Amino acid sequence: MNTWFDTITLLLILSNLALLGSSQLGFCIRVVAVQGIALGLLPILFGSAEWSVHAIILATSALALKGVVFPWLLFKALRAADVRRETEPFVGYVLSLIFGVVALAVVLCMRSRLALPVSADLRLMVAIAFFTVLVGFFLIVTRKKALTQVLGYLVLENGIYAFGTTISSEQPWLVEMGVLLDVFVAVFIMGIMIFHISREFDHIDTHRLARLSDWKQGATEESNP
Amino acid sequence: MTLALVLIPAAAALACFVIRYDALRRALLVATALAHLAMTAVSWVAKPTPALGGWLAVDAGGLVFLSITSVLFLASALYALGYLKREPHGERKDFEEGVLFTNAPEAVFTGCPLFFLATMTLVTISQHFGLLWVAVEATTLASAPLIYFHRHDRSLEATWKYLLLCSVGIALALLGNFFLTVAASAPGAGSIPLVVADLMAQAGKLNLPWLKAAFVPLLIGYGTKMGLAPMHTWLPDAHSESPSLVSALLSGALLNCAFLGILRIQQVCSAAGIEAFGREAFVAFGLVSMAVAAVFIIAQTDFKRMLAYSSVEHMGILSLGVGLGGDGIFGAVFHAVNHSLTKGMLFLVAGNLLTVYATKSTVRVRGILQLVPASGVLWVAGFLSITGAPPFGTFISELIILKAAFDKGYTAVAITYLLLLSTIFAGMAAIVIRMAQGKSSEERKPVSREPVLALVPAAALGATVLLLGLYVPPFLGRALHEAAIMLGGS
Repeated sequence: MNTWFDTITLLLILSNLALLGSSQLGFCIRVVAVQGIALGLLPILFGSAEWSVHAIILATSALALKGVVFPWLLFKALRAADVRRETEPFVGYVLSLIFGVVALAVVLCMRSRLALPVSADLRLMVAIAFFTVLVGFFLIVTRKKALTQVLGYLVLENGIYAFGTTISSEQPWLVEMGVLLDVFVAVFIMGIMIFHISREFDHIDTHRLARLSDWKQGATEESNP
Repeated sequence: MTLALVLIPAAAALACFVIRYDALRRALLVATALAHLAMTAVSWVAKPTPALGGWLAVDAGGLVFLSITSVLFLASALYALGYLKREPHGERKDFEEGVLFTNAPEAVFTGCPLFFLATMTLVTISQHFGLLWVAVEATTLASAPLIYFHRHDRSLEATWKYLLLCSVGIALALLGNFFLTVAASAPGAGSIPLVVADLMAQAGKLNLPWLKAAFVPLLIGYGTKMGLAPMHTWLPDAHSESPSLVSALLSGALLNCAFLGILRIQQVCSAAGIEAFGREAFVAFGLVSMAVAAVFIIAQTDFKRMLAYSSVEHMGILSLGVGLGGDGIFGAVFHAVNHSLTKGMLFLVAGNLLTVYATKSTVRVRGILQLVPASGVLWVAGFLSITGAPPFGTFISELIILKAAFDKGYTAVAITYLLLLSTIFAGMAAIVIRMAQGKSSEERKPVSREPVLALVPAAALGATVLLLGLYVPPFLGRALHEAAIMLGGS
């Protein structure tokens, strides 16, 4: 079990760094899929002394959604929008990677300070979960393409999911199903919106979605009363 | 009964996507709104039994917010009947830029509001933090297609911002929920289920540092959805670009639901004896929201954006009231009622103005009182109410919060609050009075008669706020007090 556990931890770290350093959208979607599969395996590998039907249903649906359905939806959106790469993010790839390494160092240092009701080796997983949350936020804030922002949202969600499964294996299953359903619908609607954005504007750059602003409106109104 | 409150609108929503006749769908929309209001009214008389093992229950606080949602939904549903007649499906010209666009299919416009109602109801009656989270996220998803009803680029931009910002904010609240789980599974306590009543009963066993850690992401997460500055940036866009009756629901009902989420965690915090921890954050968010709203309301050129910023202001007032504690909490809950009814009325009237003038510009709309007297009177009355002029209910609730600030010795806060309120009054007065008075600059025929369905819902909401300012029915007063006490006030 320990080698599996180490593998997943390593996979999470590497996938986060890969997301920070890559401009290829197709590659990023695949990395998020791998991350999703690794997380889907997490509840099966530990914290499950009892193999209830609920636990199995939950684990398989998380695996199917995060590993298969989301990447498929995003690939569809990618084809519809006809873009390949993230162009000129607000923070460059090298700087992003440096941010990743610093964030990793910070969460690893924080690990020993957290008063968590879990054993010492699970604390590493908690730290990595926080790292994933940070990377998710970073991607949402610094990338321009709508699709990358959705990927960032998924990474953020993955981090929270990892934290949740690590600290408490006995979440009520109704709630967990609800959370999964919400995330699914969110990604579904975001996929549709990306399709509409690419059709309406011929691009999916969110920084160019800037028609609605109080600053600009005031200026145009003054120039042409 | 508790379950039926959620399931009936959800079932009606599903039916809307199957039914093929417009008339039938519209009838179903109104019928469900009436049924929901009737069930809510029954809940006032006899508390319905909790469902799902205590996860769903109607308590005093939830009941107040449930009633606001229900009343506002009925008003919007009636307004929708007239609105849908004026907004046929098919290509139309956008009045701001002249580009062609279509509306979303009508099934979306009747089905999604019903889903929206179901999810908002679920928020108000959820006693379990996990379920509450699921419901709040579901409100975002149910309302996003409504904002994108007019399919043009501006509404697309607004929807994208709404969807992404709120989803990320609410994801943060999920992290808060997990922190709460940690707080509730302290050694020696076993693990306490995340149900409000259980958490409050065993509050002494909660792990306090983790409870504080849970409070912060929950406040920021649900605060994003509530529209507290500086997380409010999605709000003006979404409110100005969506159809007016959707804006009324977003502003009057949805923001309150997010507020209730914050109140729930504050409830647990006060039971654990750390209510002072969040106080300053509430006061700070409150004043910052009011200040940001004041800056953007002055010289605002889009009257729907003006109303949206006014919502930011009032969410700030609610937050301030909770932060002050004591009577302030009573004032905040009462203010939530007054604000929702008034804002619902104003957005519905704004929809009427939009139909007549075909512009959202505050500069080009002139002479409302002369051109459409009925809407004009409602517009001015709504303005007086929203800025807290007597004798409207908002005046009373804003006064209670002011008094709470002085009572608790927050003199600087009270003075800032008064200054911001008067700035906003002046800013809005300049815009609204100019819109109401004067002569319509362009050649417009006086509209002979406005449709009844465009006026009655707004007028009814306005009359209720006026009534609340003069006389609060004892049953409502009792419920408000109970809610305030439940939330740690007096």
